Amino acid sequence: MTSHPSGPLLTVDDLRVTFPTRTGEVQAVRGVSFTLGRERLGIVGESGSGKSQTGRAIMGLTPGHAKITASKLEFDGIDLLKATPKQRRDLRGKRIGMILQDPKYSLNPVMTIGKQIIETLLAHEKLSRSQARTRALEMLEAVQIRDPERVFGLYPNEVSGGMGQRVMIAMMLICGPEMLIADEPTSALDVTVQLDVLSILDKLVVERGMGLVFISHDLRLVSSFCDRVIVMYAGRIVEELPSADLAQAKHPYTQGLLNCLPTIGTDRHPLPVLERKAEWSA
Amino acid sequence: MSVVEQTPKPYSRDWLLSDRPTSRQQARLGRAYVIWRRFAENRLALLGLGIIILLLLVAAFADVLAPHNPVQGDLMNARLLPPGSAGYWLGTDDQGRDILSRLIHGSRLTLMVIVLVAVIAAPIGLIVGTVSGYAGGWIDAILMRITDIFLAFPKLVLALALVAALGPGIENAILAIAVTSWPPYARIARAETLTFRNSEFISAVKLMGASPFRIVLRHVMPLCLSSLIVRVTLDMAGIILTAAGLGFLGLGAQPPLPEWGAMIASGRRFILDQWWVAAMPGFAILIVSLGFNLLGDGLRDALDPKEAGQ
Amino acid sequence: MTLTDTTAATRRKRSRSSSTGKAIFRFLVTVVTTFLGLLAVTFFIGRVIPIDPALAIVGDRAPAHVVERVREQLGLNLPLYQQFYFYVRDALTGNFGTSVLTTNPVMDDIRRVFPATMELATIGTIFGALFGIPLGVLAAVKRGSIADQIVRVVGLIGYSVPIFWLGLLSLVLFYAKLRWVAYPGRLDIVYEYTFTPITGFFLFDSLVQGQWDVFWDAFRHIILPGALLGYFSLAYISRMTRSFMLNELQQEYIVAARAKGLSETRIIWFHALRNAGVPLITVIALSYAGLLEGSVLTETIFSWPGLGLYITNSLQNADMNAVLGGTIIVGSVFIAINLLSDLLYRTLDPRTRSR
Repeated sequence: MTSHPSGPLLTVDDLRVTFPTRTGEVQAVRGVSFTLGRERLGIVGESGSGKSQTGRAIMGLTPGHAKITASKLEFDGIDLLKATPKQRRDLRGKRIGMILQDPKYSLNPVMTIGKQIIETLLAHEKLSRSQARTRALEMLEAVQIRDPERVFGLYPNEVSGGMGQRVMIAMMLICGPEMLIADEPTSALDVTVQLDVLSILDKLVVERGMGLVFISHDLRLVSSFCDRVIVMYAGRIVEELPSADLAQAKHPYTQGLLNCLPTIGTDRHPLPVLERKAEWSA
Repeated sequence: MSVVEQTPKPYSRDWLLSDRPTSRQQARLGRAYVIWRRFAENRLALLGLGIIILLLLVAAFADVLAPHNPVQGDLMNARLLPPGSAGYWLGTDDQGRDILSRLIHGSRLTLMVIVLVAVIAAPIGLIVGTVSGYAGGWIDAILMRITDIFLAFPKLVLALALVAALGPGIENAILAIAVTSWPPYARIARAETLTFRNSEFISAVKLMGASPFRIVLRHVMPLCLSSLIVRVTLDMAGIILTAAGLGFLGLGAQPPLPEWGAMIASGRRFILDQWWVAAMPGFAILIVSLGFNLLGDGLRDALDPKEAGQ
Repeated sequence: MTLTDTTAATRRKRSRSSSTGKAIFRFLVTVVTTFLGLLAVTFFIGRVIPIDPALAIVGDRAPAHVVERVREQLGLNLPLYQQFYFYVRDALTGNFGTSVLTTNPVMDDIRRVFPATMELATIGTIFGALFGIPLGVLAAVKRGSIADQIVRVVGLIGYSVPIFWLGLLSLVLFYAKLRWVAYPGRLDIVYEYTFTPITGFFLFDSLVQGQWDVFWDAFRHIILPGALLGYFSLAYISRMTRSFMLNELQQEYIVAARAKGLSETRIIWFHALRNAGVPLITVIALSYAGLLEGSVLTETIFSWPGLGLYITNSLQNADMNAVLGGTIIVGSVFIAINLLSDLLYRTLDPRTRSR
């Protein structure tokens, strides 16, 4: 791992992601700007707000026919827009990791778990098979899988959702990336398992001093897990504030989201409804 | 006050694309128009459609278009003339018959085979499939077992054996091909029926007192039609090729009928020096089959964009 | 955490073994009923359709006592279901009657000619898979490009062209005009007396016995019909490969693989194609079955002494025993391949293994 640079890990300035469709162009992300240091940033929004596409654009994983523009998209001083595909590929997995939502679909079904983890290692480092295997087993232990030797030889459909997501974390963190983008990492899991996976993620991010971008639709989850929160609506950022100050949110959309969270003990008649104003998607 | 909407002119593009149709006919035409637009974007599909229209026209106006008599040839003067000879654009065969005229009249036979096979096999498949899917239980089990058995048979070989037993002739060939063609349609109809069987509109009709017979006939069957039409079109090429194969072996239309497969067989003897006698009918078969394949592919992509991977 | 995982896993293991037993039983029932169905259809064709099945077998120029003897043999005086019973019993023991043309038992004839067809179908399928899979992958990866269009058109032509016509024209070009290939049959007459086949696969047998000249001659004979059948196989395989690959490339695990920083080549061949591989195997098996059927017309053109030529010759000579015997064999192999590929799909796919 490189020494900590001065200045932010990731700089995003006026990011725009546009998809060409039959009926014209659709702008999924419309001028998003933020910076990320070695901290935890949460991006909250509903489906279609552009939060996932922002994460994928940073990784360079947007579908091929889309157009990505930004006045600045930098990781640790590297201009991601000007980088060659090979340079971006070298960054992925090694310096920037990404966790996807549902391990049922995001793990290769015909490859054993062990092979998939080793694959990340061998793509970026020169190791022998046995060295890689040892590292992979260590990583499986680090995500608190109790029988790493057995799980190593299993296929993804033979493990539960929670274990699968831990495998995904292992697979993406094994090369020791400095930044992690987590795209709805717990949305496909049961509530009890969510907390387990989150605590593992928490521990690893703290241990390794990583920067984390946590994308989710769950405002409460993000606010409890992250230091800062960005709220997105219709491709734009409508609010950005430290999660401690969430109760003082100014934008009516954020306030609406906060109002949607149920609280015990208060009477909430009539139930608040999320209001959408046309000018927010202008 | 809300914005006053201009009601679009009937049958104009806006009228067809309006998302608030005022009559069933408008909705139907609108859907058809959308499908046509998707279909027309695919140039290869249009080519296929063009070929098939050409086939229909040629078959319809064969008597007018063919320059010579397809069955009676000029043995004395016009034997085995090469393509490009005066008045014989594609050459003549060993009996002095104009190959172009034979091909033109042969298109009628081809069309007859396709239409009859479709008319026999598709309804059988549709009925078996919808009844099986809707009835369920042991009716479904037995019908599907029979369908699967027929699906597992090699079509050409079985058609061969059937025609061998029935005797050569174009009617027997059509029957044999139809008998081996219906199983896929039964499978498709059944699959479609199963998706609708428990839907609410079927329950609604049931509550209104409709008999199962009426439900299957008037409600379930129309819904299966679009997948069935696509499949039938895609199968057409295979049917043409099987019929040509039977004709080549002498089991289809009997001489002097100008069946394309049989023409290839009779031209085989002079393939070395008078290659056109056997080559020309093959081109005709190729073009027509290709037309149906392109048309079927285009139809499938237009009716179900998910299949096209759009 | 781990406790719940293992309980669920063992529960899955237990249910897996009982469902495998049921699955095997269902498979066997399918096999038996399908074969019986095939026999029923051929019985119908051979006994029920002809007005006089005995005449159909011996031909209408046979003397009366021969016809009567055949009638006895067939048991035509017995009720239909009894006839069917004997028919099935005979078929299971390989007794398809005697060929009028060769006067041999049909089964012996078939045993003699079948390897030729199998060798041809094997070469064709190898050709089709070897070229069809990469072409399909190319078309999927470069979707919408010129390469994709070309692969699709080549495939479509393969679906549209009459195989016997293409065979005829290729024979004229490559044999008559260019003399690049050999024809007819499988070997030149010269070698027929110096070469002893072992398996019936001439290419393999000649190699194993170190007879290079025989191998070369056999190769020159099989290359054209093999390539022809190979083209048809390629059309089918490339089309299915393209379709499977397009499906796989849209999946989430491909995004994850890219997120790991893997090269595009590795992703295409080791991730997408491996997932497409299981249904592809069944496609290859089905292609093989289809080539067995397609050989019927190809063998006629190339005078290839296989089962297809046997059936068509018998057809021209109204030798019903031989035609039906051949049909049953082709049908049985066809059914067997279909059912086996189904079984293969279920056992090979890790996704369906633990259900």
